[in-house]
Amino acid sequence: MRGYLRVIRAIVWKDLAAELRSREMMSAMLVFALLVVLIFNFALELDVRTRETVTAGVLWVTFAFAGTLGLNRSIAMEKDRGCLDGLLLAPIDRSALYFGKAMSNLLFMLAVEAIILPLYSVLYNVNLFVPGFLLVVLLGSWGYVAVGTLLASMTVQTRTRDVLLPILLFPVVLPVLVPALKASDAYLQGLEMSAIMPWLNLLIAYDVIFTALAFMGFDYIVEE
Amino acid sequence: MKPIPKALKALNWLTGGLFLVALYLVLFFAPREAVMGDVQRVFYFHVAAGWVGALAFLVAAVAGILLLIRREHRWDGVALASVEIGVVFTFINIVSGSIWARPIWNTWWTWDPRLVTATIMELIYLAYLMLRQGVEDPDRRARFAAVYSILGFLTVPLTFLSIRIFRTIHPVVVGSGDPTATGAFDMSPRMRVAFFFSLLTFTFVYVTLLWHRLRLYRLSEKLDTLKMKLLS
Repeated sequence: MRGYLRVIRAIVWKDLAAELRSREMMSAMLVFALLVVLIFNFALELDVRTRETVTAGVLWVTFAFAGTLGLNRSIAMEKDRGCLDGLLLAPIDRSALYFGKAMSNLLFMLAVEAIILPLYSVLYNVNLFVPGFLLVVLLGSWGYVAVGTLLASMTVQTRTRDVLLPILLFPVVLPVLVPALKASDAYLQGLEMSAIMPWLNLLIAYDVIFTALAFMGFDYIVEE
Repeated sequence: MKPIPKALKALNWLTGGLFLVALYLVLFFAPREAVMGDVQRVFYFHVAAGWVGALAFLVAAVAGILLLIRREHRWDGVALASVEIGVVFTFINIVSGSIWARPIWNTWWTWDPRLVTATIMELIYLAYLMLRQGVEDPDRRARFAAVYSILGFLTVPLTFLSIRIFRTIHPVVVGSGDPTATGAFDMSPRMRVAFFFSLLTFTFVYVTLLWHRLRLYRLSEKLDTLKMKLLS
């Protein structure tokens, strides 16, 4: 078990170090996320009244779009430089490899969210520092990268590559995105817990299901 | 080339006969619904098509699991055939529902969760077919498709739960439902006969199509190996 965790840590560390040096993924995700928010600003005329009802939606769409960018990049990076083959040759559990990649993807996504949320909060004068909402962001992001990492390792080996990822990912990840969106909205509107709980339960259930499935399925995707 | 097996020929005729009987039951035997009138007759094939769609995706997921565990390539053919049939029948389900909704809900389409989740299911399996197109190595294609079909099927429960979790206007006729949903009704005994017979008939249609599609799959595989032999 300790060895397993050490593998995960090593992979996460490798990804973080590579990212700290190049900064290509984070900067791309961040600028893209800002652009999406900007487009929403014009598309929805985010005045005070609309803002209250659409904030959760705008944020989740932004995260989902920026997320695919990061996922594509993070796996393509491994593939293009032959790094994936090296990792597969290493005498480690394949699922540890998956969890390492998923963890670092989660960290990148959370980092983007950690910048976008305060920024959105300032730009639109909405208080987003609701503990429950932040928890939902964390759970939703995990579910998203859990499936996303699995599917990105799949699409990177196909002919159409980055085009295919969103097409495969978005319909499947909806059971995570929809409850995350509804729960976020409920927290931000200050609804009662009884209105939030069903969504939170559904979100957690799908987080667990997707993680378990990716854990079992990853082996079949990377094998030669 | 092997001729069509006798059992399949018999199944063709049986399914055709069942379909004619089902048509009679739905169009003439079942009484006209008191409130909705003849439009309600869409219901029988609408539900049956939805059932075949869900069944087909279940079969695809099970075939995927078997392929991954036993590593037998033949399950890939079952999965592909099943998904293709499922996509067609889910489409029939959505379109026939739309035809029913026009007079009953007064709109072709509404963003009701039940409708949306059915559409999502359809999109997942269209993505499945696109994924298959993107991978050339047959072995890898089979594995990827298997994993995706299992993943996709996990979202199907959401379709069936959605009717109870979300607030929906889609009627629940089988089992307990909200009687106030627009277009809800109770089935009379004769309606029940037509309904269950439609389910049975569509299941037969599914099995027949699956068999034909599997034959086609094997033939095209054979063709591929012949081509490879010829070229090498």
